[in-house]
Amino acid sequence: MNVPRHWRETPERYRMEAAKCRKCGKISFPARLICPACSNKVFDKTNLSGKGKLLTYTIIRTAPEGFEDIVPYAVGIVEMEEGVRVMGQITDCDLANLKTGDKLISKFRRMNEEGKTGLIMYSYKFVPDVGI
Amino acid sequence: MVGIIGYGTQIPRYRIKVEEIAKVWGADAEALTQGLNLYEKSVPAPDEDCTTLSVGAAKNALARAGIDPALIGAVYVGSESHPYAVKPTGTIVSEALGICPYVHTADLEFSCKAGTEGMFIALHLVKTGVMKCALAIGADTSKGTPGDALEYSASAGAAAFIMGTENIVAELLDTHCYMTDTPDFWRRENARYPEHGGRFAGKPAYQKHVFGAVEAILEKTGMKPKDFDYLIFHQPNGKFPVQTAKQLGFTEAQYRYGLLTPTLGNTYSGSSPMGLAATLDEAGPDQLILLVSYGSGAGSDAFVFRTTKHLLKNRDMAPRVRKQLNEHLKYLEYGEYAKFRGKILKPE
Repeated sequence: MNVPRHWRETPERYRMEAAKCRKCGKISFPARLICPACSNKVFDKTNLSGKGKLLTYTIIRTAPEGFEDIVPYAVGIVEMEEGVRVMGQITDCDLANLKTGDKLISKFRRMNEEGKTGLIMYSYKFVPDVGI
Repeated sequence: MVGIIGYGTQIPRYRIKVEEIAKVWGADAEALTQGLNLYEKSVPAPDEDCTTLSVGAAKNALARAGIDPALIGAVYVGSESHPYAVKPTGTIVSEALGICPYVHTADLEFSCKAGTEGMFIALHLVKTGVMKCALAIGADTSKGTPGDALEYSASAGAAAFIMGTENIVAELLDTHCYMTDTPDFWRRENARYPEHGGRFAGKPAYQKHVFGAVEAILEKTGMKPKDFDYLIFHQPNGKFPVQTAKQLGFTEAQYRYGLLTPTLGNTYSGSSPMGLAATLDEAGPDQLILLVSYGSGAGSDAFVFRTTKHLLKNRDMAPRVRKQLNEHLKYLEYGEYAKFRGKILKPE
């Protein structure tokens, strides 16, 4: 990912900033220009709580470039408290015990880096919600 | 009246035992555990660093303070493991917390004292009325040379404190500092690991400065060791703070809540601030706390706090330190630990 794109996506990656339609109240994450429910174009910013449950997941064993050193790792779709579904890496978990329906919470983590001298990219990941 | 209005910590889930490290280097594990009162340490995951730990700790502090992040006028991150040589940690943390853009940030470095440096500045900025609230964080993912004494203790963790004037949980009564140029520990530009003066790090460094700061603040405040309910010293291992506390006339009942090193390791800039957080987890209202940090190079910051009734109201809005320290743990073998800490070098 190039630097300008990472910078543009900072609100959603750093704070899980979503858009709430001012007309129908539907929350879109990432933010959209037009509400998919009512076509309204006016939104308020809202941050997702970070809490959700795991709907489905897969274990990555052959990783794309930049992620080879962390295999095996889980990527899943999480249904957030606000109703939106978010795809993300699930970390700090025991892969053998991971199951759909697990309560997860988002954490701010390192996602990737452009080599040893380039930009470090931070984003949300999910971890088991064990109250710590 | 100025003081702490919210506090929080973050500790990685991974641990390595002293025996596991000693096994690799042929060292006497029992001598290390008994001699240094050190049994295991935290290890950051490959996707954790000073910035991510700072954000985690600060979110917990915000949960306890219950304030709009935009009220925070300054963010100071003290660490010796900032992920960039040039690019501030503070802006990333501020952006992630929703504090930007009307905020002053600075990255601080003073070995293990950088966390309390931020606390000192933040408290005094609020005290002088420059801003309503300020955030100070001590965070590190410190590294020790493989096989060196520091490898057994260098660990990871963060503590964050929001300073303010309303709904204070621990009121600041006084501060004092004690600094000299003492070369007991350093890391040069581009050096992968720090170097230290071995036994020189004890009496002329740690003890001299902690003693200096304690004696100075006791004289300034007119207080005696027995006046304090709780004591927190910097904890490079489990031996130095206990030994020094006893020499100064403090008792185990005063320091035991804040002593985390035996199972956490030395979180450097996070060390004494995390001890303060663990103490606030247990303290009642109207109790006196003495916090004294130590950073190689060298210096100590001393703070006297008095807890208030608000401490009990917001304490359970975020996880307590001992819960983070003792639950959801995963122990690593040395090979996994070496990979996590980037000690296995691959071709570029």
